[in-house]
Amino acid sequence: MQDLLAYTIFGLVTASIYAIAASGLVVTYTTSGVFNLAHGAIGMFGAFIYWQLRFSWGWPAWIALLLVVFVLSPIFGCGLEKALMRNLTDATEATKLAVTIGVLVALVGAATWIWDPNLSRPFAAFYQGNKVDILGVPVTWDQLITVGIGALCAVGLRVLLYRTRIGLDMRAVVDDRALVLLNGGRPDRASMFSWAIGSMLASLAGILIAPYIQLSVVPLTLLVVNAYAAAVIGKLRSLPLTFLGAAIIGLLQSYAVGYLPTSTVQWMQHVPDTIPILVLFVALLVLPHQRLRGHTGRRGRESFPVPTYKMALIGSAVVVGLACALAPLLSTQPLFSMSSGLGLGIVGLSLVPLLGYGGQISLCQMTFAGIGAVVYAHATGGGSPLGLVVAFVVAAAVGALTALPAIRLRGLYLALATAALAEFCDTFVFGLSSVTVFGHHIPLFGNGTLPAARLQVPFVDVSNDRVYLVVLAVIFCAIGFGIVALRRSRHGRVLLAMRESPAACAMLGLRLTTVKLAVFSLSAGIAGVGGALLAGLSTQVAPDQFSFFQSLPLLLLMMAGGVGMVSGAFFGALALGLFSTLGTMSSLFSRGSSLLPGLVGIGLGSQPNGVASDIGAGLSALVRRRGAQVPAVETDVVTEGWDEQCIEWEFLGMDGRISRREQQILDDSLGLKVG
Amino acid sequence: MSALLEFREVSVVYGGVTAVDKVSMSAEAGQIHGLIGPNGAGKSTLFNVASGLVQPRQGTVLLEGADITAMGSYKRARLRMARTFQQLELFGVLSVYDNVLTAAEIRRSWARDHSDSKADALQALERTGLAEMAQERSDRLPTGLARLLEVARALATRPKVLLLDEPAAGLNEQETRTLGKLLIGLADDGLAIVLVEHDMDLVMQICSVVTVLNLGKVLLTAAPDDVRKDQAVLSAYLGSAEVNV
Repeated sequence: MQDLLAYTIFGLVTASIYAIAASGLVVTYTTSGVFNLAHGAIGMFGAFIYWQLRFSWGWPAWIALLLVVFVLSPIFGCGLEKALMRNLTDATEATKLAVTIGVLVALVGAATWIWDPNLSRPFAAFYQGNKVDILGVPVTWDQLITVGIGALCAVGLRVLLYRTRIGLDMRAVVDDRALVLLNGGRPDRASMFSWAIGSMLASLAGILIAPYIQLSVVPLTLLVVNAYAAAVIGKLRSLPLTFLGAAIIGLLQSYAVGYLPTSTVQWMQHVPDTIPILVLFVALLVLPHQRLRGHTGRRGRESFPVPTYKMALIGSAVVVGLACALAPLLSTQPLFSMSSGLGLGIVGLSLVPLLGYGGQISLCQMTFAGIGAVVYAHATGGGSPLGLVVAFVVAAAVGALTALPAIRLRGLYLALATAALAEFCDTFVFGLSSVTVFGHHIPLFGNGTLPAARLQVPFVDVSNDRVYLVVLAVIFCAIGFGIVALRRSRHGRVLLAMRESPAACAMLGLRLTTVKLAVFSLSAGIAGVGGALLAGLSTQVAPDQFSFFQSLPLLLLMMAGGVGMVSGAFFGALALGLFSTLGTMSSLFSRGSSLLPGLVGIGLGSQPNGVASDIGAGLSALVRRRGAQVPAVETDVVTEGWDEQCIEWEFLGMDGRISRREQQILDDSLGLKVG
Repeated sequence: MSALLEFREVSVVYGGVTAVDKVSMSAEAGQIHGLIGPNGAGKSTLFNVASGLVQPRQGTVLLEGADITAMGSYKRARLRMARTFQQLELFGVLSVYDNVLTAAEIRRSWARDHSDSKADALQALERTGLAEMAQERSDRLPTGLARLLEVARALATRPKVLLLDEPAAGLNEQETRTLGKLLIGLADDGLAIVLVEHDMDLVMQICSVVTVLNLGKVLLTAAPDDVRKDQAVLSAYLGSAEVNV
């Protein structure tokens, strides 16, 4: 009985932290429409700053806590909202997520840069060593403080939202942003305030949870996935349900630690860690979501030109030519980095049909790559090309199987489901020493890595790293050519149509589930091939190579290149290779290696099409100028002096001029700019 | 004539608001059935019920006598029901031609016939008068033409039942007249058309029967001339003035 009480108390402590983090997520999402995937990273950064002030510089705990939670965090939150998030109102869900992933990756890069990850940082809890006895169970003061803060947050948020003017504004923005503006409110101010609150709660959660786990950058950042589950139970809107969800997850996890035979049954070792992920997955599948309906969101600004076979051939020749030219020139480390970049570029190609054409967000492409790598490591007999086919087929099958339950989800929910899948594989599947499939015993990463042979090509010495770079370039181009063919086919048009309007597609008789499943399978298969080739590059497979976190910079750089174009994937590959090369040049670059992809991702807010389409447009203009001197087509008519054009808002208490963005919201809601 | 599409006692509730309250109506082959009412009367909700985007709280929807109330949207489309949307649902990044071609190709894949999708697409564009702008990107069309494109895309699926949600919004007088002729032609071909429209002149001229909705309830189903003279309709929807036809 005492055990049960002890586990319940510890469960409530964990639940309080999850609730604090999740409520921050809900507050920001409801008022700005942006699901902040960087929420955990903000918490991690706050915890590190607190550690710096409290333990490194020896400041009193209360000063450090007040400074981090009530000064630095809200300033950061406000800055984030003003600089980035408010510009994403008419962005697609993918761009919104990518920008927050950019912030996440940049914060991780910055933290790794500032605080050497190889050093141990003890993080003592508040009033460490002090305990009270509750019904015979010793409870530490910090545990009581944590539960108290959790309860205080619940009450405080309730009072804020229902008893204050700014709370009223925040709730009004949830209902109808344009209507708030039309009635003289300032939705941007409410959003900024909510981001300040969200950042405060994230930092608070980070500081409270740090004593229970190592003060380590990535685990602390990804711990927020546990909070996603609570937020999803609250349907990303309801704070009481979010707190209930946090309680369920915290208690379940604590009881699992207490009552499952984790120390005696090897495979159960990581089961408690997977409970929040499983709850997230189940919540996404079970909770009712919006039915398919017309006009669910604003149309995306992302637009990519239709590729031609001629351009695909020229592009392929350039890529292979570049690889042939660079291969003899590069020294060992840059050669490995560029080969690795190309391998990752093949994984990135998998995003072109899935996200670029179909508009389906996946955060688990590296997981599929990992599955492909493991299959290839086992299936290949000394690097047989058949191994690539098997890697494709198995990864595609796993992709279809895992996507099947998640396929009815859309946008953000699909992204969260794929994140849950990736986390599940990281914490559980890739942690197993072996699995048994249909009676076949398949070793996994029992010894840390799996040996993998390099792909054998007749008459070509692929054991030579320089030759392998060219082989990778040829395979990249071959897959890229296939994707161009897909885009030009009716299937490509159907994928784009599905991205543009699922409701209209359904009303034409298209079974969306089938199309989504097909494109998910194809994408997972391509990622599997990429993983197999990466395994061949290093002649071994390590689980860290294919973790959830690795999927994030990959996604960012592919989107920065232009996720709707094969050439965009090549730019992404090139950037990955270059960043990796920079990392080998200096330990400082190495530690901050994710800072650059993060910064690139942040830039997606203002340039969602990526660089490839801009370069393509520039080249086309050049060709036109040199050709028939045909004047360039004016695509957008820009009204001169628009910036200066403001409406004086003289009623309903609004005394200032409205901004250009607010003007746009008004135009949209009043239907002034149709067509 | 037999009813191709039929609503029986359909009710839809959003939260605590009854958007559609026990509505019964039917659309027959070769007939244009006008569905009018003030904003918020439940017209688009009824379309969403017909196309499977909204599930009714009670009541049934029948297509050629078969109960389709619980059927998915794509299955209804395969039974040859098509619709347009009040808020445009074009495939914005595709050209005008590709929008219609995609619809024809999707139809060919589920109909499993060997029809020529390109010919179907061109025919739909010709019929709606959009052939000249086939290569335009669809998100650059003016609203009126974009609505016509939605009609063309629906026609490319060779429907029996066509639900049109404010197709004349944004069209000028000449374009509205052309649309009216097109719809009459389609009805002559045997289509059952349900038309939600605020352009009363158009509704009164081309519809053979009109249903008036108000606050989710059917106020009247009658011939246009009778609707025009009905005092309840005039006071509830049109104000006190008589319809100017």
